[in-house]
Amino acid sequence: MSTPMYVTESGEAIHGIMAEFATPADLYHAAEKIRDAGYSKWDTYSPFPVHGMEGAMGFPRTILPLLVAVGGLSGACLGFLMQWWMSSVDYQLLVQGKPFGNFTDGGWQAFIPITFECGILFAAFTSLIGMLALNGLPRWNHPLMKKERFLSSSDDRLFVCIEAADRNFHPDRTRALLEGAGATSIELVED
Amino acid sequence: MSSIHPDQLTAQRLAGIARGVTGGHGGEPGSGDGTLIETPEQRAPLVLNNRSFKEVTDIICGYAENSPPRWWLPIFGLVSTIAGLGGALIGYLVITGIGTWGMSNQVDWAWDITNFVFWIGIGHAGTLISAILCLLKQKWRTAVNRSAEAMTIFAVICAATFPGIHIGRQWMAWMLFPIPNYNAIWPNFRSPLLWDVFAVSTYGTVSLLFWYMGMIPDFATLRDRADRRLRANPEGGAVLLPFLPIRIDALRAYIYGFLALGWRFSGRHWHRYEAAYLVLAGISTPLVLSVHSIVSFDFATSILPGWHTTIFPPYFVAGAIFGGFAMVLLLLIPARELYPNMKDFLTLRHLENMAKIILVTGMMVGFAYSMEFFIAWYGGNEYELFCFKNRAVGPYWWAYWTMISCNVLSPQVFWFKAMRTSPIVIFIVSFLVTIGMWFERFVIIVTSLHRTFLPGEWHMFSPTFVDIGIFVGSCGVFLTLFLLFMRFLPMFAMAELKAVLPQASPHHHDDGHEHPTGHNGHHGGKH
Repeated sequence: MSTPMYVTESGEAIHGIMAEFATPADLYHAAEKIRDAGYSKWDTYSPFPVHGMEGAMGFPRTILPLLVAVGGLSGACLGFLMQWWMSSVDYQLLVQGKPFGNFTDGGWQAFIPITFECGILFAAFTSLIGMLALNGLPRWNHPLMKKERFLSSSDDRLFVCIEAADRNFHPDRTRALLEGAGATSIELVED
Repeated sequence: MSSIHPDQLTAQRLAGIARGVTGGHGGEPGSGDGTLIETPEQRAPLVLNNRSFKEVTDIICGYAENSPPRWWLPIFGLVSTIAGLGGALIGYLVITGIGTWGMSNQVDWAWDITNFVFWIGIGHAGTLISAILCLLKQKWRTAVNRSAEAMTIFAVICAATFPGIHIGRQWMAWMLFPIPNYNAIWPNFRSPLLWDVFAVSTYGTVSLLFWYMGMIPDFATLRDRADRRLRANPEGGAVLLPFLPIRIDALRAYIYGFLALGWRFSGRHWHRYEAAYLVLAGISTPLVLSVHSIVSFDFATSILPGWHTTIFPPYFVAGAIFGGFAMVLLLLIPARELYPNMKDFLTLRHLENMAKIILVTGMMVGFAYSMEFFIAWYGGNEYELFCFKNRAVGPYWWAYWTMISCNVLSPQVFWFKAMRTSPIVIFIVSFLVTIGMWFERFVIIVTSLHRTFLPGEWHMFSPTFVDIGIFVGSCGVFLTLFLLFMRFLPMFAMAELKAVLPQASPHHHDDGHEHPTGHNGHHGGKH
């Protein structure tokens, strides 16, 4: 954001409003309310994945499994091509009279285990790297991390933060929404 | 408004992670000690003593943050010395040659490959717990998956050493991989030994990714705790060494923070994280079944009697899970006794479940042993029949019957509930099973090789001190790594443990008073 829409009294840009909730049930119901109020740039924070939260927050299905399928199939294809090219194109090594692996001689069968392992390897890397990439990680700093109170979200506290960049954001109305949803404490987060 | 961490008193008493901090057993459902009870609606809780989220964090982070228990340093000194001596023997082997081993031209695979199969098999329990039990929604796995995954990786490290030093010219080990070399020859992709290279290296890598991904949120918890202590006490705090004034918490915040990759417990992140975790579990399931199958191909694709059998892949996988669970129990039963409060997370229910898995897989292995004999007779191949008779009554009969008694007979005690809920009995049986599984590989490898087709090739194998020393050294490496893991890394999957606590469910009955775990029992597991 080049020109922040909202600033604090001391002139700092506002990242958003952070609210704490007491129980996973409160967080869940608050998420449903915020979702229904039409916000898009907001998030819940909990030390563990709250069951059903993707529904309460209104997420679509993640494309990650699709990425993993593409990664895994590419790995399997690359693994097969590598073996085929090395054994039957680049240097045909005759061992125990076994077929080289041209598609007509049945030698491709011996390539299956490594093809499978390469597929698994690529799929595993895609799922970890894909998860991090879709989440925008690694990112070692974040406005919320400046809040000491927020750090206990990794222990036992539950938070919601609605960002000022959201087009529905309004300092008073958003605060009122969070209060109505049962927040135990509400505070501004500087950018 | 109820608070999710009301038990301030307990939290304060917990500050020193002292022994004897317990919640009330009062309204707890189930048998209280965590064993399974018969009524399905009243499952024993996964975490005992009604632990709150904060207590879970404090206890588990305490294992990594507080100075280690008194036994830790002496044991660490001992096992790391053993590891170092094993390393020195490997150096001696590399300098002198593999003639220092007891192998011969006939028995050309012996202790080293036995050790390889032994260690790679042990690794299988970790992936089974983290992948297959995850897909089967076995929530009890959350208490053991982290340490079992750690054990997997350390076992794979030990396993990979042995083929690497077995090849003779160890400085050419890189030629196992398809790297262009000066002869322009590629490795032989039609050889099961090369399949093994790919299977084991893929397995090690994927296990490491799985383990690391599971630890990201827990690294973030350790980072935030160090960060909060630094903010609360900007000047003071313990330093690394008197002459090296680096504050330990700053180091922790830096290292754990780096490893946590900036994880901030966001709901959007959790959503994708859970999807990625499930996908990894899904792809690791065929992987774990494939790895020991491919290891068994090393033997099964040969024409040697005793190796050339189609039962090997399932038999090896069952044996791997069997031996792996035994090793998990060997490590965790002492840990559970020695670390305060660990019994609340690692309950008798967990031990009992694993004892049942040992019983089941032990029966599978026993079935495979008998089926090998049956096929040797029924197949009508005289060489095959000779080989198996020779196993049972030949010169290595003692190895064979050690294997049978340890692997088939000893787990039978787990038919009795009193036995499979007794940690000491489980420990003893696990120890026997570990010995038996080592002998299983020894029997398969050595007894098949020492009597091959021509009597002129008949040889006995006896190990040298280098054989024995390198094996003992590998146990030292394994235990050293595991002790380091217990000291510095989150030993339990905290985020997952919190998620299976009853109060973590958004549909948990909130009675409106300060009783976060409620008295309605564990019903987080129903969703």
